[in-house]
Amino acid sequence: MEDERSFSDICGGRLALQRRYYSPSCREFCLSCPRLSLRSLTAVTCTVWLAAYGLFTLCENSMILSAAIFITLLGLLGYLHFVKIDQETLLIIDSLGIQMTSSYASGKESTTFIEMGKVKDVVINEAIYMKVIYYLCILLKDPMEPHGISQVVPVFQSAKPRLDCLIEVYRSCQEILAHQKATSASP
Amino acid sequence: MGLVSRGAAAAGVGAASAVVRPGPPHAVPHPIPTPPPEGAALGSSRVPGMVLKAFFPTCCASADSGLLVGRWVPEQSSAVVLAVVHFPFIPLQVKELLAQVHQAGRVGLAVLGTWCHRRQEAEESLGHFLEGLGTIFSHEPWLQLCREQGSKLWSCKATRRQVPPCPGAPYEDQVMLVFYDQRKVLLSQLHPPAALPDCLAGDAAPSAGGLAAVFDTVARSEALFRSDRFDDGPVRLSHWQSDGVEASILAELAKRASGPVCVLLACLLSLVSAASACRLFKLWPLSFVWSKLSVCEQLRHRLEQLTLVFSTQKAENPTQLMRKANVLVSVLLDVALGLALLSWLRGKDRIGPLAEALVPVADHVAEELQHLLQWLMGAPAGLKMNRALDQVLGRFFLYHLHLWISYIHLMSPFIERILWHVGLSACLGLTVALSILSDIIALLTFHIYCFYVYGARLYCLKICGLSSLWRLFRGKKWNVLRQRVDSCSYDLDQLRLLVVAVQGLMHLLVDLINSLPLYSLGLRLCRPYRLAAGVKFRVLEHEAGRPLRLLMQINPLPYGRVVHTYRLPSCGCHPTHPWGSLCRKLFFGELIYPWRQRGDKQA
Repeated sequence: MEDERSFSDICGGRLALQRRYYSPSCREFCLSCPRLSLRSLTAVTCTVWLAAYGLFTLCENSMILSAAIFITLLGLLGYLHFVKIDQETLLIIDSLGIQMTSSYASGKESTTFIEMGKVKDVVINEAIYMKVIYYLCILLKDPMEPHGISQVVPVFQSAKPRLDCLIEVYRSCQEILAHQKATSASP
Repeated sequence: MGLVSRGAAAAGVGAASAVVRPGPPHAVPHPIPTPPPEGAALGSSRVPGMVLKAFFPTCCASADSGLLVGRWVPEQSSAVVLAVVHFPFIPLQVKELLAQVHQAGRVGLAVLGTWCHRRQEAEESLGHFLEGLGTIFSHEPWLQLCREQGSKLWSCKATRRQVPPCPGAPYEDQVMLVFYDQRKVLLSQLHPPAALPDCLAGDAAPSAGGLAAVFDTVARSEALFRSDRFDDGPVRLSHWQSDGVEASILAELAKRASGPVCVLLACLLSLVSAASACRLFKLWPLSFVWSKLSVCEQLRHRLEQLTLVFSTQKAENPTQLMRKANVLVSVLLDVALGLALLSWLRGKDRIGPLAEALVPVADHVAEELQHLLQWLMGAPAGLKMNRALDQVLGRFFLYHLHLWISYIHLMSPFIERILWHVGLSACLGLTVALSILSDIIALLTFHIYCFYVYGARLYCLKICGLSSLWRLFRGKKWNVLRQRVDSCSYDLDQLRLLVVAVQGLMHLLVDLINSLPLYSLGLRLCRPYRLAAGVKFRVLEHEAGRPLRLLMQINPLPYGRVVHTYRLPSCGCHPTHPWGSLCRKLFFGELIYPWRQRGDKQA
């Protein structure tokens, strides 16, 4: 079962949330971030090339121009491969764990998998950063202390959806976690 | 490789659409039940209602019908299938084989269930026959996996024969299939994020948490994978090596040859280290010189590393093996770079012009220094100086300079020969050549170091005296004497900084070559599944009513963590001068030693 809804992030950009219910124990949420805008790309390129041309008129060295082109290309490739995240996915599998995948604009995918034994809970936290923002995070158990928390792992860090989107994801996660806790309550 | 790709394609990883067949012919009286409501099943040793995870190797997805053999982990309610036993078989021989593997790898295997791969439409008899096998090999729960030929849809059933302790719990569990690549999981090594020491390497490892248990099980059952289908054993198995055991002629030859070669090299190395440890080298002037030269440090470090690599003891755990491999690759690369440098030097006869250019450069530097001293002895920038002290120090330095110039001129016929030998030493490695070069620079600029020492000491005295005077006489007149020593010391400081910077760069390069784990980086680049940071899952094509199918893949370790985990210990023969402390020392007049001092570490 699959459906798609449109939300907005904290800066006002459009996000698309795709939900897939594979089975009662396995759900996937896929958030697509706004794409690289042509306007900002053109603006940055023009600035860099104008600055290089200004330097060229001062120094009369044509190496500056080729260096500027080189830097722009490398910078763009580096940005697409290391910085710009296209899609963030959260996959919850009951009794196995939670997996977070970030796909970059160049096609690279980086995945983290957290086993269910380490997950304590999934919560929505509030943070104050110029304004109040909400973020979804996974709390990990502390092996030493039974009621302690060893780590807080934030989810959807580059998409940064707003509270309405987070509530949808939170509800689905809690359904699965509740079932997981009930079945693992017996020792 | 072909086996794995066929298995993966057959398991339906591709994007082709499948022909949906009707449900399995052998009668399933009711569909797979939904999980029980919460709180229904409590207080039993297994976890009722928990989804049963079946880890199935992708290579067995196209195998013929048979028995499933593997390990059952009750805490996670997961069954790790290792191989499929085909008909015909004798149950006693199967049990013997499992006992053998148990002895070899200390892992408890059992027959977990049946596997049915239907070739034609009507094979009802096979289904009933398979059900009957459940009575011979009793296992709780009994797994029944079934698949149509060419179809991507599977059906799984896990039944329990015992009466569950609390009523209301189902006789059947829900099953989730996780496919894994057996070869990659066997060869890979998990790197847990929290470094729990020796937790995964001990004897109690089979109870290691979560997915580490899967990796552990497959690694310990290597004895099961030793026979392939061309062997005439009593039991016919299907696993990742059943199409032919993987082996390489080069690897086998290397293994046979490594024994005697290691013994020979170990003897040679022990002779060399015994010779270097002889009493002659411990006499005072020699031992002082040896400890200060960076070449000796580097050679000693290399000797230690080579002794480690060629020692006749086998590596105990994978970390030691990686370290040995890293050291060997690093030494080989070093020698290769050194030989490249040697051929470059010889090729266009570069040594001659280099040696000829050295003496005029030294002369030029000496001349400039003389001019500087003459200027200081006169009236620098129109300032009036303490004439007597001027003359004394100036003449002392001039005589120093004269001695040094004579020494250079004396050495000039031998310089070419010395450079030739330095080039020859590049055979031992690029790091050795760089260390020798660094030492030669230190020796050639020794006079600058002497001047710097005198100037710095005097400057330090002045600063101490001044600071005490400053406490007494605040805001009084400017002390001319201080200015004279200052200007002399600043120019030398610049030269000293340059020399220290060049030496530091060379030592940095040597350190980089020494400590970078090249074999691990190469492994991460070419065989990323060997170094695993974790796993990742992908959901395969799914239909309602069918069990969930997942593909488990290995998540490789990031490059930064590879370098951090497998970094080789450096010999520490470089002077660790962070730039902040360097500037501080220059300003306050503390001495900057070109070699490592005991007390320097805290600075």
